[in-house]
Amino acid sequence: MNITEAAARIAEAGDGSPRRGRDPVNLPMIRNWLEALGDTNPRYEAGSLAPPAMVQVWTMHGLHPASTAGDPLSAMSVVLDEAGFTSVVATNSEQAYHRELRLGEQVEVRSRQRDAAGPKRTALGEGWFVTTESTWYVGTEAVATMLFRILKYRPPGPPEPLPSPPAAPPAAPPVDVLRPVVSRDTAFFWDGTAAGELRIQRCGECGALRHPPGPACPECGALKPEYVVAAGTGEVYSYVVHHHPPVPGRALPFVVALVELTEGVRMVGEILGAREFGVGEVSIGAPVRVEFVRVDGELTLPAWRLADPEGER
Amino acid sequence: MNPGDTLPELTVEVSPTFIVSTAIATRDFQDVHHDRDRAVQRGSKDIFLNILATTGLVQRYVTGWAGERAVVRRIAIRLGVPCYAYETLTFSGTVTEVADSACVIEVTGRNSLGDHVTGTVVIEVQS
Repeated sequence: MNITEAAARIAEAGDGSPRRGRDPVNLPMIRNWLEALGDTNPRYEAGSLAPPAMVQVWTMHGLHPASTAGDPLSAMSVVLDEAGFTSVVATNSEQAYHRELRLGEQVEVRSRQRDAAGPKRTALGEGWFVTTESTWYVGTEAVATMLFRILKYRPPGPPEPLPSPPAAPPAAPPVDVLRPVVSRDTAFFWDGTAAGELRIQRCGECGALRHPPGPACPECGALKPEYVVAAGTGEVYSYVVHHHPPVPGRALPFVVALVELTEGVRMVGEILGAREFGVGEVSIGAPVRVEFVRVDGELTLPAWRLADPEGER
Repeated sequence: MNPGDTLPELTVEVSPTFIVSTAIATRDFQDVHHDRDRAVQRGSKDIFLNILATTGLVQRYVTGWAGERAVVRRIAIRLGVPCYAYETLTFSGTVTEVADSACVIEVTGRNSLGDHVTGTVVIEVQS
């Protein structure tokens, strides 16, 4: 089962089993919390109330969880750990408090998975965003809700020499550049760049050009892909200057353009040399010419360079 | 309280002790919040503040300004850059909405790397 299927199954299962707080709402834990955070608000001790932002604390799994069976986030974490996404950071927390909790109240939480999105490239590494929705109850009364999002990611760099479980996942190959996924539909394009040709897919039935490549012609629906070799010229249709986050194999800032080819289709690629001439030189409508950047034996990327409008060639 | 009011800034020195004690007080035992070797192995520069502590600091900042009659109704935060040990976290805030007894405050917590947290807090002030 892949990650998407596992996520769908976990989401379909709905609410996990309710998890009871280890202790009822109590003053020692509240005082530890206030002391650690440096919070001197007298409201809580004077009113025998718990700080609202502490709600999640009451039902944390703790250092040695008895059992995480039936907890959707734990189940999803196991799936992602096994796939090598072993590290975690929280990214969002939206808590709503229906009322303040009082000393002695026993809370329990029910959680369900809302969403799992990935794999995504992030500044920390490739990962999955997992969103859960939790509701805390005292008896049958809902007292607080939370949307919580974490990023489970694969730490970049050398394999982790973690001395204890979880076992280190198989190391990912060193990331030098972001690599395209080459499929049967796109292999001709990448074979072309390796051979120094910019190839455009053409319908073998009606002759329409299309890019990016796909199995069916969007004009006539025929499943007869062929290709032609482009002249390698075009102009900037639109572009962005990428300042952040860092991208493997790229020096910041760099320019990514949507280039309209002379043949009519549009293609995304980096504008080379933008750091030397200043990214401000790039403009919509600027003429460009293709170049091929050989990354290694497996990958050659098409890229673009501003052409002299007078035309040396 | 009126829309446009700004809250006085609050600075918090985020020492390793602060990170560890808030992690334990929030019962978050993830190694990245108390073990620098593990944090570095996982690609971080140092141990860093956990999200429950950040939520708690946002609450402390707003209620420290609003006073003990303020009841917190909602805290929604988004984390940006991590808050590593030895950072200084500076909170700023602006009142964006006031309706009856409710008040909405936008909060930002910044460190040397950028915005660590941006969020919205809704409080109700009891008369």
